[in-house]
Amino acid sequence: MKVSQISVFLENKSGRLAEVTRALAENDINIRALCIAETMDYGVLRLIVNDPGKAKRVLTEAGCTVTETNVLVVEVEDRPGGLARVIEVLAQAGINVEYVYAFVTRLNKAFVVLRVEHMEKAAQALSATGVRLINGDEIYAM
Amino acid sequence: MAQAFYWQREIECMPRADLEKLQGARLRKVVAAATERVPLYRERLTQAGVTADDINSLDDLRRLPFTVKDDLRDTFPYGMFAVPMEQVVRIHASSGTTGKQTVVGYTRHDIGVWAEVIARTLAAGGTTAADIVHNAYGYGLFTGGLGLHYGSELIGAAVIPVSGGQTKRQVQIMHDFGSTVLCCTPSYALVIAETAAEMGVEFARLPLRVGFFGAEPWTDGMRAEMEQKLAVDALDIYGLSEIIGPGVAYECLEKAGLHIAEDHFLPEVINPDTGEPVGAGERGELVLTTLTKEALPLIRYRTRDLTVLDETRCACGRTCRRMRRVTGRSDDMLIIRGVNVFPSQIESVIVGIEGVSPHYLLAVDRKPGKMDELEVWIEISEDAFSDEMKELEQLEQRVLREIENVLGLSVRVKLVEPKAIARSEGKAKRVVDRRDLFT
Repeated sequence: MKVSQISVFLENKSGRLAEVTRALAENDINIRALCIAETMDYGVLRLIVNDPGKAKRVLTEAGCTVTETNVLVVEVEDRPGGLARVIEVLAQAGINVEYVYAFVTRLNKAFVVLRVEHMEKAAQALSATGVRLINGDEIYAM
Repeated sequence: MAQAFYWQREIECMPRADLEKLQGARLRKVVAAATERVPLYRERLTQAGVTADDINSLDDLRRLPFTVKDDLRDTFPYGMFAVPMEQVVRIHASSGTTGKQTVVGYTRHDIGVWAEVIARTLAAGGTTAADIVHNAYGYGLFTGGLGLHYGSELIGAAVIPVSGGQTKRQVQIMHDFGSTVLCCTPSYALVIAETAAEMGVEFARLPLRVGFFGAEPWTDGMRAEMEQKLAVDALDIYGLSEIIGPGVAYECLEKAGLHIAEDHFLPEVINPDTGEPVGAGERGELVLTTLTKEALPLIRYRTRDLTVLDETRCACGRTCRRMRRVTGRSDDMLIIRGVNVFPSQIESVIVGIEGVSPHYLLAVDRKPGKMDELEVWIEISEDAFSDEMKELEQLEQRVLREIENVLGLSVRVKLVEPKAIARSEGKAKRVVDRRDLFT
């Protein structure tokens, strides 16, 4: 049920992000979703890709500092209140969200990527209320 | 010619022959005391086969072994004190690797000598009992604050022990109290100037007229800037806590090099690689021997400061030799906001922290109107990389806290990627100093 996310440490200097995206492009890795969190000196690039194992290898070879993290991806309706419902479930269960980002698919569905404390507990709480959790293979093959 | 002022004219302008005779007699005495009371000197001098009886003139100085900062660290804290604690009335210390500060002690007599050389320093800039001395050197273990304080009191001036920080308040005090003399680091003087300008305070309209700026290297460019912005004569002062603190050497209003208080501190300039004296007028490392210190006599102490000894007579009439402004170090020590920083101190901190590699770079910058900034670049280690920002921030905070603890100086920490810091064969390049201090 968990989806593998690739995170890259990026110093804030020009061209650094370009090096990462170039390495992915040259190795036929398709990016499904991404987000960047940044401070004054550095950023962390988080990626959902079609082949996390290969992406990690390619980026490591390109000299990047890479880590693989498990995240939850849930499907929500692409309409007002879609995300609110999911977040409400987590709030009710007393689960803190570390970070969240989302992307919209071609199927009128939005996918929400969640990193939370207590991943198992969160997955159970979401399933119990009928929220569909997407597994890795489904995302990678999109 | 500038007007000349003295505190002890009979000493400061003593004929060279008399001065050298006095130095020779004092040198013999200090060697005798050190041999008798400091085990490290007893051992070294025995090894060198020299006793106090062999010291007949200043030429015999070269037969004595050097003392280095590590000797003080190795005998931490009091191993080189030459008097029992009953006679010590003051202890100062400079920052060092944890538990290995450089600790210095003073007897009542030493405190008197210190006040005397500071009085000479202040008097050389025309300070008298009528002056109001704004002392913005840090009070505490650092020798700047209390050193200038006692000398000001000896002169009879009214000293304001304002210490560092709270710059707006400092400007307000200078304005309201009518400070006539300013003592602080040169970089802080420029911060005061900047702050005053923002507050609309014009120094040209205030009674301030002279500044004594030391504890860190500065340039003629900074002198011009300080004199213009603060409307003062800007004078350089030199000292180090191991020898006594500020007061070792001072400029007169000729502003042509720093007069060494030679009756207390005997100077030599050596080639730092060979230990041999350099030729007249050549640049080398300043070596000082304390001639009158009781608590901590130091023989041929290597300051690591690079300078030139000027034997020509100054227009002010003083006979003591002058050292040129310090133009570098023979080790990798940095001076930031008056605090001594050794790159190895940073290393000692980060090797103990999980999640960062032992590779680091120190970037020092001085922006206009700002205090010097030290930025420490630290590489995160591959396996410590977390994609959660709060963990990276915690790591950054921990590194920051521990470095600040050891240095006693606020710094900025910047996490960089593994291998971002250039590796070099042999001696690693650890410091990027953008201050242009030695030009």
